[in-house]
Amino acid sequence: MKKLRRTMLFVPASNPNMMVNAPIFKPDCIIFDLEDAISLREKDSARDLLVEALKSIDYKDCEIFARVNPLYTPFGEEDVRALVAAGLRNVRLPMSETEEDIKKLDTLLTDIEKELGLDNGVVKILGAIETAKGVLNAEKIAVASSRMIGISFGAEDFTRTIGAERSKGGEELFVARSKIVLAAAAAGIDAIDTVFADVDDAKGFRKEVESAKQLGFAGKSVIHPGQIRTVHDVFTPSQEDVDKAVRVINAIEEAESKGLGVISLDGKMIDAPVVARAERIVTLAKGAGIL
Amino acid sequence: MKIEGIGQAGSLESNDLMIMVDLNQKENLIIEIESIVKEKFGEQIEAVIKETLTENGVGNGYIKVVDKGALDFAIRARLKTAIKRAEGRQ
Repeated sequence: MKKLRRTMLFVPASNPNMMVNAPIFKPDCIIFDLEDAISLREKDSARDLLVEALKSIDYKDCEIFARVNPLYTPFGEEDVRALVAAGLRNVRLPMSETEEDIKKLDTLLTDIEKELGLDNGVVKILGAIETAKGVLNAEKIAVASSRMIGISFGAEDFTRTIGAERSKGGEELFVARSKIVLAAAAAGIDAIDTVFADVDDAKGFRKEVESAKQLGFAGKSVIHPGQIRTVHDVFTPSQEDVDKAVRVINAIEEAESKGLGVISLDGKMIDAPVVARAERIVTLAKGAGIL
Repeated sequence: MKIEGIGQAGSLESNDLMIMVDLNQKENLIIEIESIVKEKFGEQIEAVIKETLTENGVGNGYIKVVDKGALDFAIRARLKTAIKRAEGRQ
């Protein structure tokens, strides 16, 4: 079944307390951050701390990512080497601007997997698109490696690169967000929306999450545990939608068992997109614990 | 300022520890532990430190720990970083 990635909670890899306690808030994913949240002089200690955390803490169903430093910095390659050896299986690559950026990481991961005797391709990539150039290359980035499981949008750096201020309305982000959703959808991977930095603005946050869902994002990066419930709320389908989806799936299963081709439900034809949508709703409902 | 042979890592936040490693002390191994949970976990903290020192090839030195209730993984990580910094590897 497709993994739920409604929330990706950023946790700085410098804080042992948060590294242990983050799963309590039940995000779908945790992203341990070695990049922007960590000062240059603590890059080594954060990496060591995350390595030991990965080796000893059982995060159970929570999918674990690490935002490593970009490979063009002195820290990126060593981050990836140390973390994969410690058990990391999902790398979030910041500043993904071209397919070459992804291919470089892909090659490095292939080497590391070989050295460690891991299956080829076991480590996955989430490419973070955070610049105008990255947005324009989103389609190529999304398919640059068979390891890609998603692309995420980083609005703070993006607005800087286009010379705009980030607004609550998000008009300056509209084209970029849509392009990222389209690129991910065409590649069959997840699109994850950007963070919302004002943790005190609950109303504005909900509005942005609703707009992310409406645009087609699979989930949202969050920077505070308090934001998780809102995202899960918005991304959880209504009971009416869930009931309908279950009826669609039951009808399809019944039709298949009877060897029927095209079927209808309540007078409407059920075709592949309808079934796919129903399956997605059932996945979300199960993840939310309402089915 | 960096002093050769000495490395420090960690913080005094809750569930963390500050650790200082002085490799200029070459005669024997001295471990000093200050901890809010020393009575209950002092021996376990020392055991984790000794194990990590061995894993990292450190036989002798002066190790000073100020613990704020860190779990084993944090103790291992902070010590590993402090050793590497003392050895000038980071």
